[in-house]
Amino acid sequence: MNKAKEKIMSIVFLIAALTSIFAVALICLFLIVNGIPAMAKIGLFDFLLGKEWAPSDVPAEYGILPMILGSLYVTAGAVLIGVPIGILSAVFLAFVCPKKLYKKVKPAVDLLAGVPSVVYGFFGMAVLVPITGYSMLTASLLLGIMILPTVIGLAESALRAVPTQYYEGSLALGAGHYKSVFSVVLPAAKSGLLAAVVLGIGRAIGETMAVIMVAGNQARIPHSLFKGVRTLTANIVIEMGYASELHRDALIATGVVLFVFILIINLSFSALKRRSDK
Amino acid sequence: MSKKQKRTEKFLAAMTYGAFIFTFSVLVFIIAFILFKGVPHLKPSLFSLKYTSENVSLMPALISTLIMTAISIAISVPLGVFSAIYLVEYAKRGNKVVNLIRLTTETLSGIPSIIYGLFGLLFFVTYLGWGFSVLAGSFTLSIMILPLIIRSSEEALKAVPDSYREGSFGLGAGKLRTVFRVVLPAAIPGIFAGIILAVGRIVGETAALIYTAGTVAQVPKDLLQSARTLSVHMFALSSEGLHTGEAYATAVVLLILVVVINTVSAMVAKRIGGKA
Repeated sequence: MNKAKEKIMSIVFLIAALTSIFAVALICLFLIVNGIPAMAKIGLFDFLLGKEWAPSDVPAEYGILPMILGSLYVTAGAVLIGVPIGILSAVFLAFVCPKKLYKKVKPAVDLLAGVPSVVYGFFGMAVLVPITGYSMLTASLLLGIMILPTVIGLAESALRAVPTQYYEGSLALGAGHYKSVFSVVLPAAKSGLLAAVVLGIGRAIGETMAVIMVAGNQARIPHSLFKGVRTLTANIVIEMGYASELHRDALIATGVVLFVFILIINLSFSALKRRSDK
Repeated sequence: MSKKQKRTEKFLAAMTYGAFIFTFSVLVFIIAFILFKGVPHLKPSLFSLKYTSENVSLMPALISTLIMTAISIAISVPLGVFSAIYLVEYAKRGNKVVNLIRLTTETLSGIPSIIYGLFGLLFFVTYLGWGFSVLAGSFTLSIMILPLIIRSSEEALKAVPDSYREGSFGLGAGKLRTVFRVVLPAAIPGIFAGIILAVGRIVGETAALIYTAGTVAQVPKDLLQSARTLSVHMFALSSEGLHTGEAYATAVVLLILVVVINTVSAMVAKRIGGKA
């Protein structure tokens, strides 16, 4: 009787553990089944590299190049802003901050991660938009701020994982405190820091609501930092509410493209993480 | 130290301090700004049980948030904890299935919420025919938070010393009894901290909900009705642009929720740390 119970429960645990596999398979299946036919119908080339997105025109145009570029530009901008500030802040937390202060400021950084993206978006709308307009610059600034806690968290643990001998050895050779941290510890934490950057990229490219609220969302190839821009994520949310037929499927196909981006980012993150854990 | 060395030190110190001061001030500024603009708009009418376009009450959204959080947690926690039990207590190391589970869990945790929203729309709303509903929203959220629950439960179980298990086996208990009576109780605080983080994620979520739970601003009468959470409510208010003051006030309530959630999670985590 007990043996049967043990056996049954071990199977129950296994089934629960298989949920993740099942969920990923289901997500892939539903995105592909609904998205790929649209790509085929529009033509993969015209879809990915088409410069016009005009679903209501006759004939309709479904080119998502503006959104692909929009996502890439905005993400690049966010990385340019968020990564240096994030890594430097991590250096501060790991090597400069006194213990007493650390206990107070670390929860603050965690709080930054907990602020909902709509609140960031609203803040951006109220404070940044009046200065920099609904533009690529505003979206990059806001996303740069939003990826800070992700970058800081991972970078800090990467820096702390470097053996203290490295730092001490550098001091013993006559280098100063900061020089040791920047020239010896930072390079030693390279893979971990890179993993932090990659996860930051993933956050930025996947962010939706905050971007919609500040980016202006014009579906055209952005030519200036001060012009409006539409990302892949924004394209889905803005038009999904009223889209039907091929238009709707084209939006799902937009999701497939985003999903592929994310998978590539995820895989590089896992690979980097494994390398830095070694 | 040479003069040049000293200058380098100073420069690097300035950059480090500058960066952190920037990060910290951004947080302080965001919170101060929202509080300053929102608190004056916290009127009793914002908390009336019925939403009208006059009072734009946030109470129904708050109730819907609680309902959806409860359902998602109820689905995700047993699945996540059982999954972690399998991974830590049952699976053999290097097992191919285990590697696949690890990989897919990592994948899930990297998927942005809009993709979850899209999947929820295609699967729960359309394929299963649930329509825009509390149920569709909650199921979508429960998949979204699953990796978080698995991760934290796994770490909590791993942190339980092997001597606990050996002691229990030595006293003649079976594996199942050991897991439920000895290992799991010791891991509860860690699991709990993970659950609270998941609640935080749900409270802040918008993109995964707009096209799964929909945006109806009333308290849902049953689980197949549409409802909006507080974050969705705030997005709706700010995109309508008519009730800016109320949107700020909603942001205040959201921030308070997030602060409470973060504090509780930190307190639980501290208790675990204190014990070890």
